[in-house]
Amino acid sequence: MTNENLIHYIHGIADNSMILGQRISELCGHGPNLETDIALTNIALDLIGQTRSYYQYVAELSPKDITEDDVAFLRKEREYKNVLLVEQPNTDFAYVIVRQYFFDVFHYLLLKELEKSKNVNFQAIAKKSLKEVSYHKRFSGDWLKRLGDGTEESKQKTQQAVNDLWVFTDELFHMTKDDQVVADAGFGVDNSTLKSEYYTMVKSLLEECKLLIPEVEYFQKGGKKGIHSEHMGYILSDMQFMQRTYPDMKW
Amino acid sequence: MKKNWPLWEVFVRSKNGLEHRHFGSLHAPDADMALKNARDVYTRRNEGVSIWVVESKNIKASNPDDNGEMFEPATDKAYRHPTFYDLPDDIEHM
Repeated sequence: MTNENLIHYIHGIADNSMILGQRISELCGHGPNLETDIALTNIALDLIGQTRSYYQYVAELSPKDITEDDVAFLRKEREYKNVLLVEQPNTDFAYVIVRQYFFDVFHYLLLKELEKSKNVNFQAIAKKSLKEVSYHKRFSGDWLKRLGDGTEESKQKTQQAVNDLWVFTDELFHMTKDDQVVADAGFGVDNSTLKSEYYTMVKSLLEECKLLIPEVEYFQKGGKKGIHSEHMGYILSDMQFMQRTYPDMKW
Repeated sequence: MKKNWPLWEVFVRSKNGLEHRHFGSLHAPDADMALKNARDVYTRRNEGVSIWVVESKNIKASNPDDNGEMFEPATDKAYRHPTFYDLPDDIEHM
């Protein structure tokens, strides 16, 4: 296992949190009400905070003289390895919650395994993040129940979000070559082993919410290899605006 | 949506051993959500170790118009304060 394998593996985990954190932070000041606005902003901050630990580690491992900010803000679109799910737009509150729940369950299962990594950095990050992510999962799961089993309108909108976002769930369990090398070395997690538990958990909650589980044969993929949807460019142009316009700026 | 959500009062205990104190209020559809909202709105800077929420309508408050009969009779009864004896030197933190 080379440092390069490890760096790519970390991008695969951290970029999910980075891009989802950026996505949710778009809602800051635009939440459906003050309380939910603060809750979502908290989640965004948790996720972005987690990526700092990962990117600091990347900067350490990199042969180049770079910082966490270079890793976060100065890569090109193809160099981000997040899954397509997290870059999907905030179409409405149902989408925000369903996207969050689909990601939170995966994130939770991943971190529980990453805590057992042979790598002490991964152990420490996973241990700290797991508390935050357990809360995210409760928040999105509770909202999903309320929306799915709420009014006729909330049910219909939530079902629409579930149907549209379901096709992005399979990619969470894909393994790149780097992922496999790092997992084989005992440092990383083999995501494919999380799949059955993931679908058991998600399906049981959807049933409890009286939502239908979509039946699809074709799932979307590409983000993990750097091939993103049209939304990604817009996210990056917002996110990287400062560093691109004023290179090397400092607070 | 907001006008359908009831108001809740939030009480937070800042440290073990201290009492719960009123921190503020918020809107939420039910008690569970009120607790979660309270966690996010009032304890995100490490302010507490325990939270109580109670729906505001369940609180019976005294009427300011009755303040005369409720509170003023106590103002000229200084002898009700336990200040008329000397504390021994060994007693600290009083």
